[in-house]
Amino acid sequence: MDFTYSDEQQMLRDSVDRFGAERWNPAKRVRLLESGDAAQRWREMAELGWLMLPIAEADGGLGGGAIEVMAVAEGFGRHLIVDPWVTSCVLVPALLAGGGDAAGAVLAAIAAGEAKAAAGLIEPHMGYDIAEVALRAEQGPDGWRLTGEKLHVEDGADADWFVVSARTAGTPGERDGIGLFLLPRDAAGLTVERFRAVDHHRHARLRLDGVTGATAVGPVDHALPVIEAAVDRAIAAHLAEAVGSMEAATAATLDHLRTRQQFGVAIGTFQVLQHRMVDMTIACEEARAMAAYATLHLDAAPAERIRAVAAGKTRVGDCGLHVGQEAIQLHGGVGFSDELIVSHHFKRQLMLDQAHGPRHHHRNRFAAAA
Amino acid sequence: MNLSFDAADLAFRDEVREFFRDGIPENWRLRVQAGLRLDPAELIEYQRRLHARGWAAPTWPKEYGGTGWTPTQQYIFWSEASEAGAPPQFHQGLELIGPIIFTYGNAAQKERYLPGILTCDDWWCQGYSEPGAGSDLAALRTRAVRDGDDYVVNGQKMWTSYAHVASHVFLLARTSLEEKRQQGISLILAPMDTPGFRVAKIPTMDEKYHTNELFLDDARIPTANLVGEEGKGWGYGKVLLDRERMVTASTAIFLKQTVWAVREAARARRVGTRALIDTPDFAAQLAQFEIEVIALQTMVLRLITDAAGGVDSGPRGSMVKLRWSSLYQRGMLLWLEALGPEMAHFCAEDDATLPPDMPAVMQGMLYSRVTSIYGGSSEIQHNIVARRALGL
Repeated sequence: MDFTYSDEQQMLRDSVDRFGAERWNPAKRVRLLESGDAAQRWREMAELGWLMLPIAEADGGLGGGAIEVMAVAEGFGRHLIVDPWVTSCVLVPALLAGGGDAAGAVLAAIAAGEAKAAAGLIEPHMGYDIAEVALRAEQGPDGWRLTGEKLHVEDGADADWFVVSARTAGTPGERDGIGLFLLPRDAAGLTVERFRAVDHHRHARLRLDGVTGATAVGPVDHALPVIEAAVDRAIAAHLAEAVGSMEAATAATLDHLRTRQQFGVAIGTFQVLQHRMVDMTIACEEARAMAAYATLHLDAAPAERIRAVAAGKTRVGDCGLHVGQEAIQLHGGVGFSDELIVSHHFKRQLMLDQAHGPRHHHRNRFAAAA
Repeated sequence: MNLSFDAADLAFRDEVREFFRDGIPENWRLRVQAGLRLDPAELIEYQRRLHARGWAAPTWPKEYGGTGWTPTQQYIFWSEASEAGAPPQFHQGLELIGPIIFTYGNAAQKERYLPGILTCDDWWCQGYSEPGAGSDLAALRTRAVRDGDDYVVNGQKMWTSYAHVASHVFLLARTSLEEKRQQGISLILAPMDTPGFRVAKIPTMDEKYHTNELFLDDARIPTANLVGEEGKGWGYGKVLLDRERMVTASTAIFLKQTVWAVREAARARRVGTRALIDTPDFAAQLAQFEIEVIALQTMVLRLITDAAGGVDSGPRGSMVKLRWSSLYQRGMLLWLEALGPEMAHFCAEDDATLPPDMPAVMQGMLYSRVTSIYGGSSEIQHNIVARRALGL
């Protein structure tokens, strides 16, 4: 048993921390978000090797494992880096791995920092159940034709490629009859609506009106297990991100308690605040343990993996929201301001909890897998 | 980073599993799952069986009759015990006084007392708390005054668990009055049949007899029974802090038993045409409880790997204690809810039959309330973490 990073993993973690400290200094954050130099940052990340890290060697990547992803994602959370790394470099590569030539070419472009990709898996009225696919894919004379809607594509606003799930047979909710399709942003019949979230991640809604030019990826009709495993990988990365963010918010709050004076003393001398600070610290410990637990089960048998990831998603969500809310409360009025980093951490926790399904969804998933 | 055991650990696991395979009597199961201590006679029997196997003291070094196990082996041992429905060992002798004796005691004390702890021929109780000196031990007032080769001890102890069963007590008593309240406190060992000792039962809300007041009235205890140096007793408690991490860790491992028990109860209970466990609200509550237990187990695993790696885990033991007591309390309440209206059937009169979980589940639930008070209350644990981890 071992809960520590290897030297190489630690170096990776340190490199994200250096990048974060230089590029994502909290004092510069608001200005940075307005400057719109995402393309430059993405190139720098490519040079650092992060973009190719989780991609399989066969697909032009470095074949990094779940722990390496954890080390990087933790830093993304600690510094609130908004670039769509988890989506483009963890989720999409897991969906496209071994998916044929077209998929391989897109993965190589992602690895090189030349393209971004996002996954459309969620539809209207389906909650977060990824088997509830209604979007249809039908074989026509000119290849596959896709019709339907993807309600929310995480990090999809600036994607060059989309991977979408589509029903090739059966009815929504059935596990069989789901395929994965790769389509370029400029595919005929595709409308991309873009949104910015409160955490400055940029998302999309897709409307597909007889889209042609999509390529089937992997086993048509039987893609659901692949999608579930890929989403679980993305969730595990998000858990690490949540832990990094939580620990940063907690550290900022502790610092505040030590320095902010009221009634002539540091507010950290008030026992009621100390105890709340301790509960935040314990929430961080629990979340770190749970993120590791989920990550270390990613390669387990599906039922075991699902339970571990669903448990992690539930508990880290609980802890993250608790920490985010308390960080603001303990800072008082300034915690509510845009200037202080804690409000940004809270917003990210809120969005991380929701991404790929909030706590109650995963609690049910955990119970169903018992 | 990995969660797997090496080949030697796996072989050890099989050996432990084999030991527990058919060793746990059925009539222990419900009480153990409810987190209740077994009767003293049963605990003594359990300890003797472990001793016969050479496993009397999982956390002690070999030279004192312990197993010399690594923290990982200890974890495996407790996990297997938990899986098998076995109880945690009674820890007053094993974890609270034994280690202090082998760390600070003299040769004669080690020779006299350590074997009796391993075999359970001696049963120890802890004479620390007093009225007005619970979590704030420095406020204790029991006096031990030297008179020739004896201490003459006067005072009153509270919450002396199992004093009615114990053969020996380890006492903290004031041997001098110092400026600093922590100084002048000494640790003294005494047989329970010492003249001047009087034990009085404290009835508790769970209607189980565990704890007592202990009155000390001109009790003469030989000065040879002083552990370490006079006036330094307070400091010896610190060795306990480190060990208590492992006591709490081991207790937390047994929390899985509560999860299984609640699930079993909720499967058995029917609400209309379906089992309680299939009702969405109960299923969600149980899932939430189990998820938090998994989180705690994983925190314990991290604590244990730190211990194995010689890394100071700081006050993580306090964090585990806080989370464990709160989860245990929630789990027991959930189990009680699973009983439904029959939770009112605590004690059968006439020829009525009790629900199969009763009275263990109700007693366990009531008992659970003390777990956030004893061993340093949740408030004290918060203070410890605030001071040691956060420097507040």
